[in-house]
Amino acid sequence: MIGGLHKAFESRVRLGIMAVLTVNDHVEHGTLRDLLEVTDGNLASHIAALVEVKYVQVRKRFVGKRPNTSYKATAAGTRAFTEHLGAMEELLKRDLRR
Amino acid sequence: MDQEGHRNDTGALSGDLAHIRTLMERSSRFISLSGLSGVFAGVMALGGARLAQYHVARAIGSPDDGVTYDLARTGVFQLDELSITLLVDAIMVLVLALLGAFWFTWRRSRHTGQRLWDPSARRLAWNLLIPLAAGGLTCLALLYHGLPGLVAPATLVFYGLALLNASKYTLDEIRWLALSELALGVVACFWVGAGLLFWALGFGVLHIVYGGLMWMRHERGKA
Repeated sequence: MIGGLHKAFESRVRLGIMAVLTVNDHVEHGTLRDLLEVTDGNLASHIAALVEVKYVQVRKRFVGKRPNTSYKATAAGTRAFTEHLGAMEELLKRDLRR
Repeated sequence: MDQEGHRNDTGALSGDLAHIRTLMERSSRFISLSGLSGVFAGVMALGGARLAQYHVARAIGSPDDGVTYDLARTGVFQLDELSITLLVDAIMVLVLALLGAFWFTWRRSRHTGQRLWDPSARRLAWNLLIPLAAGGLTCLALLYHGLPGLVAPATLVFYGLALLNASKYTLDEIRWLALSELALGVVACFWVGAGLLFWALGFGVLHIVYGGLMWMRHERGKA
């Protein structure tokens, strides 16, 4: 295992979640689900895993009478994701040189 | 995890990276803006400017005076026949340009897979509309106070500022269009008599040039 790769990102959905959250402020559940093309339950379980390691924050509130859930990447999450991306690029470069 | 087996596979890795890049781009910027909408708006603007020049020249009597019309008019704004004709002309250009922009961008959004009215589109629209609305009201005030000569430069300057603000949320070319409109608007402030000419350059020629550029870079061969 190369340094900089984070175990929390070993899934395409989680990589996608972090990719969207690092370039946006708060992203609503429905928007994220449509962007990643996953089901509600699938997204929720991956989000739960990222919340567990404190890479993502959840904000639940009411907009009028409807509940509204949105997510935000924490500073630690953004840092970890950037490191992970760097490590992925490093790996790719190494693979290409071979 | 599900993909553990081929984590180190070059294809999967570069696929993941490409996927991430697409998601970052698609979620933060409105990428479906079609260059053709710019070209179409530019052609409409040139047609509208030509029509305006014709009406002005006819009202004043000399065909050469068409572009210096604004300078000749000072004092309190009057809603005479010519003003109404020009206003109708301008509104028609605006409506046609907006319809064109909507149509070409809708067509484009089917290819990029981005929904037409997603959060990135909303963000783009608000950031464009707020400075644009403030500018529109300022231009009405200029008319009201009898300064029609400054309206054409002011529309260019405010349009440039609105585009500059919105350019953070869409394709990079919009930033260059914004800077060009701003430069042209500032220059036009010092050639008040040539308002119509600058207006045709800014809303006509620049739209066609940058719209064409956007189309060649992002759409040609893909659509």
